[in-house]
Amino acid sequence: MEFETVIGLEVHVQLATKSKLFSAAATTFGAEPNTQACAIDLGMPGVLPVTNKEAIRMAVKLGLGIDGEINYESVFARKNYFYPDLPKGYQISQYELPIVKGGHLDIYLEDGTKKTIGITRAHLEEDAGKSLHEDFHGMTGIDLNRASTPLVEVVSEPDMRSAEEAVAYLKTLHTLVRHLEISDANMQEGSFRCDANVSVRPRGETKLGTRTEIKNINSFRFVEKAINYEVERQINVLNNGDKITQETRLYDSEKNETRSMRSKEEAEDYRYFPDPDLLPIIIDDLFIDAIRDTLPELPQQKFQRFQQEYKLPAYEANTLANNIELAKYFEDTVRHAKNSAKSIANWMLGELTAHINRDNLETIACPVKPQHLAMLIKRIEDNTISGKIAKTVFEALWNKEGEVDEIIANKGLKQITDNTEIEKIIDTIIKNNPKQVEQFKTGNEKIIGYFIGQVMQTTQGKANPKQVNDILQTKLKD
Amino acid sequence: MTTLSEQDIRKIAHLARLQIPKDELKVHGENLTKILNFVEAINTVDTSDIKPMAHPQNLAQRLREDEVIETNQRELFQKLAPLTEAGLYLVPKVINNTEEE
Repeated sequence: MEFETVIGLEVHVQLATKSKLFSAAATTFGAEPNTQACAIDLGMPGVLPVTNKEAIRMAVKLGLGIDGEINYESVFARKNYFYPDLPKGYQISQYELPIVKGGHLDIYLEDGTKKTIGITRAHLEEDAGKSLHEDFHGMTGIDLNRASTPLVEVVSEPDMRSAEEAVAYLKTLHTLVRHLEISDANMQEGSFRCDANVSVRPRGETKLGTRTEIKNINSFRFVEKAINYEVERQINVLNNGDKITQETRLYDSEKNETRSMRSKEEAEDYRYFPDPDLLPIIIDDLFIDAIRDTLPELPQQKFQRFQQEYKLPAYEANTLANNIELAKYFEDTVRHAKNSAKSIANWMLGELTAHINRDNLETIACPVKPQHLAMLIKRIEDNTISGKIAKTVFEALWNKEGEVDEIIANKGLKQITDNTEIEKIIDTIIKNNPKQVEQFKTGNEKIIGYFIGQVMQTTQGKANPKQVNDILQTKLKD
Repeated sequence: MTTLSEQDIRKIAHLARLQIPKDELKVHGENLTKILNFVEAINTVDTSDIKPMAHPQNLAQRLREDEVIETNQRELFQKLAPLTEAGLYLVPKVINNTEEE
């Protein structure tokens, strides 16, 4: 039987506020344990939470970014469960009236297909502390610095049909929150965490299959792997005539498998109810419009503009627009080389990205600056160097060996455009390869590639391939 | 009329992490049932044209500016804890069975 995969994602985005959601303690990452956990975060008797205005602002900003509806009235609710890193015995979250209702994100797949993914809701909630299970004489250590850090949980509709779509959605959301400057979205530090609801159903079936929830997957690559593993597991279970158990599963990246964590049937009964310590959050159009006015150009808008203004193809435009640093680098480079947008995009998505990934660098820290890349492309376009040699120059720029022209001069990389010089080289090669000349004359025209290769080798790539080809054609036909 | 069974009581007690001796399940069931039925009286009021309130006071929440005011009072707080080490609160080892969402 052929199966269809159905995926919905829940993403926790940590908001980049200075202080906590309900207390005035700091949110700085990596502080000494429990030095940023105040009486409110610890759930001391008699304390009262007071909501951070900036967190509300950021949640509204996100709501506008996903084209969602902002609720004028939203309510904090208590989600009750026991765990040592949750000292109050409940997490303050939103249930019936979240701050953002509905919305959508457009995603673009690698083949250029566009798909709209619905967003059910986005609500504010506080984070819990951290449990450290390393050995403290058989006990667990609790660090409450993270307790009450503001999160927005973005819940998607079950609109994704493959791991690839899920990753594209996550990347789009990741870019969006960074563009909006509401989160650093650092996955390693847990500022952008993803749970995936995965189910399969026979193709053509409209009813959803039983789903499992894969928890806390902390990289784009693992999201893809975890979903693919889980889909295969579920299909195997169904093909064996068994049923899927609705449960939470944990992804183990070392073994590349998901493992059952707990069964949902009996476990969860959170007994949500409105938190009596917190009055409803009431906001008005004035508040919302003031935030709307501060919205930066969103990735979607950038994507459209890159296609129109720079005539970039969809894939290139999308990749650049969806990476805030790359987008800036691109436009900075275009400023130095106005008519070469397409080449700039190609170089950026080719060599530049490859080097950045290889050295695991941030775009901003990359040694080849926009003015360097612009100059390099200029030198290809004015025939000073060939495209192939340009890669050598790029490598030298990356190793900080100087400016473009300096490198070309010092390494003697200037393209040989002098006809007589190239002719001399070609004459020698023709003389030394009578067998290949014979083959050309008896109709094997493809052998020309061999000659071009020889010329390139002799000139170390400095000859202009088109020029070499022209001269070869004339000489070989003599 | 709601009647809570012994099983309901066991579940509620488990959710509240309360230990209830077996011979007390019945009496707790009866008492809680009485309380529920007492509150049930509210359901006889016609509320069809009343907008639900999330809070008994019809007010909006005052919000706080995003400023760090709290200082580090770890030592003071940790004096209250039975066990601490390396700045952490120590608790009996827990296995993930009711972890956060």
